[in-house]
Amino acid sequence: MRSRSLWISALGVALAVSASACGGSKESSAPTEAPGATKIDSATAGEISGVVSFDGVAPKNEPIRMNADPVCVKENTTPQTQESYEVENGKLANVFIYVKDGLGNYSYDPPAGGVTIDQKNCRYHPHVFGIRVGQELTILNSDPTLHNIHALPKSNKEFNTGQPIQGMKTVQKFENKEVMVPFKCDVHGWMNAYVGVLDHPFFAISDKDGKFSLKGLPPGTYTIEAWHEKAGTQTAMVTLGAKDTKEANFTFKAAAAATD
Amino acid sequence: MEKIISSFPAHPAVPAPPALVIPAMHRFAKFVVGCTVLLVLAGSLVTSTDSGLSVPDWPTSYGWNMFTFPPSKWVGGILYEHGHRLIASTVGLLTIVLAAWLGTSDPRRWMKWLGAGALAAVIAQGVLGGLTVKFFLPPAISTAHAGLAEIFFCITVAIALFTSPQWIDGYAGRVVDDEGVRRLATATTALIFSQILVGATMRHTGAGLAIPDFPLMFGHLWPTHWDAKIAIHFTHRAGALLVLLGVATTSAKVWSRYRGAAIHRELTRPAALLVALVAVQITLGAMTVLSRRDVWINSVHVVCGALVLTTSLVLTLRTWRVKFSMQAVRLKPDTTPAVRTVRLQADEARAR
Repeated sequence: MRSRSLWISALGVALAVSASACGGSKESSAPTEAPGATKIDSATAGEISGVVSFDGVAPKNEPIRMNADPVCVKENTTPQTQESYEVENGKLANVFIYVKDGLGNYSYDPPAGGVTIDQKNCRYHPHVFGIRVGQELTILNSDPTLHNIHALPKSNKEFNTGQPIQGMKTVQKFENKEVMVPFKCDVHGWMNAYVGVLDHPFFAISDKDGKFSLKGLPPGTYTIEAWHEKAGTQTAMVTLGAKDTKEANFTFKAAAAATD
Repeated sequence: MEKIISSFPAHPAVPAPPALVIPAMHRFAKFVVGCTVLLVLAGSLVTSTDSGLSVPDWPTSYGWNMFTFPPSKWVGGILYEHGHRLIASTVGLLTIVLAAWLGTSDPRRWMKWLGAGALAAVIAQGVLGGLTVKFFLPPAISTAHAGLAEIFFCITVAIALFTSPQWIDGYAGRVVDDEGVRRLATATTALIFSQILVGATMRHTGAGLAIPDFPLMFGHLWPTHWDAKIAIHFTHRAGALLVLLGVATTSAKVWSRYRGAAIHRELTRPAALLVALVAVQITLGAMTVLSRRDVWINSVHVVCGALVLTTSLVLTLRTWRVKFSMQAVRLKPDTTPAVRTVRLQADEARAR
């Protein structure tokens, strides 16, 4: 009798634990607002913009041999290289620039729509991008071959999704801010991408002219960080007044790149 | 010191007992050993090419049944990972057959258990392989997978040895009983297995190039700085020296005692092979670093490590042959009930 009641108690505890575990695993679709958070006054918002330069001769990007997959060879008729250093006229592209510190307790509108990363011609497009916490990331396979997309975060949940059919889509979300989360394809070892996950919308990627812009920032003093996959990071302190426009330029040096 | 247990005299008047040597089973066991070498190579290629997660699901492959996954999709890293799974499945099936064969045909009870152990090991190995994919290659599971692979390989080699006519025959009745060599060989085999575990840890924690130069370490005889990966890598290099020492000592002892007129080829041959394999293995290890982990050099280094282990195991088991009960092994065709009794008495005397 005693053993029966013990079993019933154990079953009850197990059910309660299971129920709480199931409840705990529910994913929140949007980041929660901090108490007392205020909206940014667009009338006083300013902008930080700048240019990312590369000083010296950039290291050569490694050539890619795609012969492990005939489909990739067929889709790329020209010699392919890694996208580590995208330098043109001394300007560095694919640098992730974001507000690292200095934002007060603000609330932000939820991101409009999601972000897509496409696997096309056996490369990731884009190679570097940003996303908000809780924002939908659509992973698309546009290739007539199969890919797996494998995220290797440190603060978020790792995932590894197979997409064997052309046109397949998968949606993922990141629950915590993290700069940067690498992506890789284990089928095609040369495929890699990086995503910066932030709990605010103030991030940008330098274009082929090295230009970037962070718009809609409230007045304040900010730590702006520029991240590059090989050359590392640089920071700048910028104080922004009401309706101010300030510049923050970054220069990555060849020496720093070579030692990385 | 060495003792030789002599052959018992033949007794032509009494009919021989049924022959217990099953050549086909021995050949099959050797075939399983060969397939397992191939499996170890396939597994090492998966790690060397960083393809462990190129098939993200398990036991299916991109949703397909493993055996119906179209070959046209075996591209890039999938070729290695899926190939490894298929070879592993084949070895699993062969092990089922081997275990069943031993269970039904081998009169030695412990051999039946060894067959069952091989089957259990290959099943556990498959589960570990699946778990490491499901949990994104955690070093602990991946290292356990590598360690169990070596254990399974050792079991298959042991089965092949125990089913060989020479083993059953007690090496023509001239079994060596040498406590010193036995202890040394056993310690060397244990040392090699430990070294392989350190190597597997190094491999699965990404510490293969933590010390990027060879034979120096950061340009010095001793690492100039330390972290966990450097410590693992350094342990593997230091372990290689210990293994070299152990193998050299064991082989030298075997050769000094069992060459010449009283030669025991069942000991001198594996001892010589062991020295050669260790030399190749250390060269491959150095080349792995110098080539910045070339895929094939790195992979062959893993396979050669397994061969070093199993060669040492064969030598060790042969030094232990005398401890296996004489009546428990297959009896020679000329053995008579009278001789059996003598053998039993001899065994009992030894046991006492």
